[in-house]
Amino acid sequence: MPEGRLPILELRGITKSFGGVEALRGVDFALLPGEIHGLVGENGAGKSTLMKIIAGVHTEFSGRFLIDGADRHFRSARDAHAAGIAMVHQELSVAPDLTVAENVFLGNQPTNALGLVQWRRMAREAGEQLSRFGIDVDPMSRLGDLPIGLQQLIEIARVLFSGARIVILDEPTSALSPPEVERLFATLRRLREQGTAIVFISHFIEDILRVSDTVTVFRNGRKVAETASSATSKGALIEAMIGRGGEVLEHSYTDDLMLPRPSDRPVVLKVDQLSLARSLKDVSFEAHAGEVLGIYGFMGCGQQELSRILFGKVKPDAGTLVVEGAPKTFASTAAARRAGVALVPESRRAMLFHQEPVYKNISISILDRISSLLLKPGQEREIAKRQVEQLQIRPPVVGLDLGMLSGGNQQKVALAKWLTYPPKLLVLCEPTRGMDVGAKNDVINIVRDLRAKGLAIIVLSTEPETVLSLADRILVLKRGALVREFKNEPVSKDRLLEAA
Amino acid sequence: MASSETAAATDQRARGLASFLRSQMRNIAPFLTLIFLSAFFALASPSFATIDNLGNILTQVSVTGIIAVGLTFVILCAEIDLSIASIANVTGIAVAYFTLQETYVNIANIPLPGAVAILLSILLCAALGLVNALGLTVIGIPSFIMTLAMMQIAAGISALLVRGQIAYKVPSLISTLGSGSIGGIPWIVIVAAIMLLGGHLVLTYTRFGRYVYMVGGNREAAEYSGLNVKLILGAVMIISAVCSGIGGMLGVAHFGSAQQNEFDTYLLDSIAAVVVGGTSLFGGRGGIGNTIVGLFVLGVLNNGLDHVNIDSFLKILIRGLILLAALVINVYAQRLREKATE
Ligand SMILES: Nc1ncnc2c1ncn2[C@@H]1O[C@H](COP(=O)(O)OP(=O)(O)OP(=O)(O)O)[C@@H](O)[C@H]1O
Ligand SMILES: [Mg+2]
Repeated sequence: MPEGRLPILELRGITKSFGGVEALRGVDFALLPGEIHGLVGENGAGKSTLMKIIAGVHTEFSGRFLIDGADRHFRSARDAHAAGIAMVHQELSVAPDLTVAENVFLGNQPTNALGLVQWRRMAREAGEQLSRFGIDVDPMSRLGDLPIGLQQLIEIARVLFSGARIVILDEPTSALSPPEVERLFATLRRLREQGTAIVFISHFIEDILRVSDTVTVFRNGRKVAETASSATSKGALIEAMIGRGGEVLEHSYTDDLMLPRPSDRPVVLKVDQLSLARSLKDVSFEAHAGEVLGIYGFMGCGQQELSRILFGKVKPDAGTLVVEGAPKTFASTAAARRAGVALVPESRRAMLFHQEPVYKNISISILDRISSLLLKPGQEREIAKRQVEQLQIRPPVVGLDLGMLSGGNQQKVALAKWLTYPPKLLVLCEPTRGMDVGAKNDVINIVRDLRAKGLAIIVLSTEPETVLSLADRILVLKRGALVREFKNEPVSKDRLLEAA
Repeated sequence: MASSETAAATDQRARGLASFLRSQMRNIAPFLTLIFLSAFFALASPSFATIDNLGNILTQVSVTGIIAVGLTFVILCAEIDLSIASIANVTGIAVAYFTLQETYVNIANIPLPGAVAILLSILLCAALGLVNALGLTVIGIPSFIMTLAMMQIAAGISALLVRGQIAYKVPSLISTLGSGSIGGIPWIVIVAAIMLLGGHLVLTYTRFGRYVYMVGGNREAAEYSGLNVKLILGAVMIISAVCSGIGGMLGVAHFGSAQQNEFDTYLLDSIAAVVVGGTSLFGGRGGIGNTIVGLFVLGVLNNGLDHVNIDSFLKILIRGLILLAALVINVYAQRLREKATE
C-alpha cells in the first residue's frame, strides 16, 4: 500500500439509518489517490449505502465527510459529480430508449455555439471511447436493444472515461464474461497509474484480491477489517465477512469435477431446431425431470434470447417447443406460466416491482392460485413470510417496499416468486448474480431441493462457476449454436472456457 | 450532517416522519389544495359554504365522476384515453337515437323499447372500447394515438346519427337516473357514488385490481411474472369506454338534450380530476380515492369561481393554471417517491 499520501476522500463515523433500520453504524473510510480499494461484505452489509453517500445519492446521514481534507456536504449526485466523483450503480442505470452515444455522454453532450447537440461529433467520440475499451457497437443504436452485459460495459465505460478523480464501481463485473473482466481490470490499473482513486465492490473475492491494493470488509453496517490485499487470503476475507470458515463455501472449480450419468427420468422439455434471427441457430436439446441442465456461454451467445423463447416472451422464427409431450407455441408469458414454465431473468429490474412491498412481489405470479376474484392479503403475507424465512431474505419484513432491500436480497425475492407452487420447468438466468458467498450456497441448496422434487431446471450463465456448481449436464452455447455437451465426464472451468 | 450526538438522534427521528410525508406527498397535496380552495371560497362568498351549494357541487361533478372511474383504471396502467368525451357523446346520442322522439325532431331514428335502447347503447360504447383495446394491444398503436383516432371516429358516428339536429327523449330509466331525484338526492349523484365505490372496491380488493396496479407499476415485470398484460390493458380500455358511455347517457338526460359536441369539456375535466387527485401519470400509484379528491377540487374550483365576481374569461385561465400546478406536483411527487425507494 502506498505510504505517506493524503487521502483524497475521508469519511469519519458515518451512521445512516432508513426509518429505524441502521444500515451503517459509525463507519470510517479513507481513500487514497492512485489506489484500488476493494469492498466486500454480505448482502445487506451496507456497501452500496456507503457508496451512495459518497456519490451524493443519500444526502441525509450523520458523520464527517471530507474531500482533500475539507468538510463537504453534497446536496445531490450532481454536487458529487462536480467534485469529481462518478459511480456505476449496482442496478443498471442506463437510459434504454436513448442511443449508445447519448448514454455515453449523458448529461454533458457536446454542443455547438447555438447550444444544439453535435450528433456526429458525439457519435464519433462515443465510438472512439468505446473501442478503446474494446466495445464494438454502432453508437447510434438504441441502448435497450443491446444485451444487458453490453449495456453494463457501456455504463462502466461512461464512468471510467468521465474524467472523475474518484470512481466507484458497485458490482461492475456481475454481467461480464472473463475477457471483459480482464479488459476492465487493465483499464482500472491504467487509471490507477494516473492517480484516480477507485472503489471496487464485488462478491467475487478472487477478483478483489487480484485487482485491489486494499480490501475493506463490511459486516452488518460496520467496518470489520481493512488490510492490504497482499496480506490476506480468500478464506480470511470470507471469515471476516460472515464470521465462519469460508473455505467450505466456495470452490474455485479449477480441478476436474465429475458430472453424473444423465438422468433417465421423463423429458419435460424438448427443444427442436430453434432459430431466432441472428441470435440462435438450430438449437435442439432436452431437459429431464429431476435434472439441472446448465447452459454456458459468453455474453451475447444467445442465452438471453433462448430463455425468453422458453417463457413465451419472444417468438422464435423457427423450431418447436414440446412441454411434457405437448407441442407449444406460447402466445404470451401467461400461457407459458400456465403450461408450467417459470423464468427468473438476469435483470432484477425486469421482474420486480420496486415500489411495491415484498409480499406483493412474491405473490404476483401465484395470485390466481390463491384467489379467484377477491384478494386474500393475509394468505399472501403468510406465503411470503414462509419464502422470506426459507431464503433468509433480510430484513425479514414482508411489508417493506422492495426497493429498500439490498441488491442481493432483491435477487432472492426474484427466485422466491416461483417457489410456492413450483413449476415443471424452472429457467434461471444468472441465479446467483449479486449474491454473497453464503447466499450463493443457499441458492445451490434450494436448486438441489427443487431437483429432488422432480423439477426440470435450466441454469443459464456466463459465469463458469455458477454452471459448474449447479448443473448435472452442461451445454455450451457459442454464437447462437450449441457446440458441446458435457455429460457423465470430467469438466472444469478451463474446459468450459475452451469450449466456448 | 449534525455535529453533536443528540442533534443527530433527533434529526434521525424527524427525518423518519419527513420521509414518510414525502412519500405520501401525492395524497396529501391534493387534499390540502381542496381544503385551501374551500376555505378561500367560503371566506370570499357567503353563498358558497351552504348545504344547497354542496348539493350543486355534487351534481356538477357527477358526470365527470362517472367518466373518471374508468379513466382512473387507464391512467393507473400508465395509458391514456382521449376518446372518453367522444364516446360519452356518441353513447348519449345513441340512446336517444333508439328512443321515439317528438314529431318536430327531424332525425331519421330507430325507436326501440327502452331496455333494448340502453343495451344497444352500452354495446356500442363497449365495442368502441374494444376497438381501442385491439388497436393498443394487438396492433401496438400507442394509446395516445389510438384514442385520438377514436375520438374522431366516435365524433363521426355522433354526427351521422344526429346530422346537426338535437334529440330530447331518452328511455325513462335513463331520464330518471339522469335528472330525477330520490329523497332530495339526485339520482345522478347516487349513480356516480356507486360507480366510484365500485371502482374503488375492484381496484383495492380484487385480483384484477392488483394486476392493474402491477402492470402500471412495471409492465415488464408484470410480463415476466406471467401476467397477461395485453388482456389487462384491453380490459381497462373497455372499462373506460363503458364508464364513459354510462356518463354520456346520464349526461344527456341531465342536460335534457342530445347533440354533437355536447361533452367536449369533459375530456379535460376527467383527466384533470384523475391527475389533480394525485394518480400518477406514470402508472401504478393513486386510485379512486385520489380521483374523488380531484373531483372535489375541480368542482369547488368551478363552482366557487361562479360565486365570486371574476371575469368569466379569466376563469378559464385560472383553471388552466391550477391544472398546471397539479401536474407539477404529480411529477414531483413521483420523483420524491422514487428517491425514497432508490
Ligand atoms: N432506500 C432504502 N430504504 C430502506 N432501507 C434501505 C434502503 N437502501 C438500503 N436499505 C437497507 O440498508 C441495508 C444495507 O443495504 P445495502 O444496499 O447497502 O447493502 P449491500 O452491502 O450493498 O448489499 P448487496 O451485496 O446485497 O448489494 C439493507 O438492510 C437494506 O435493506
Ligand atoms: Mg449493494
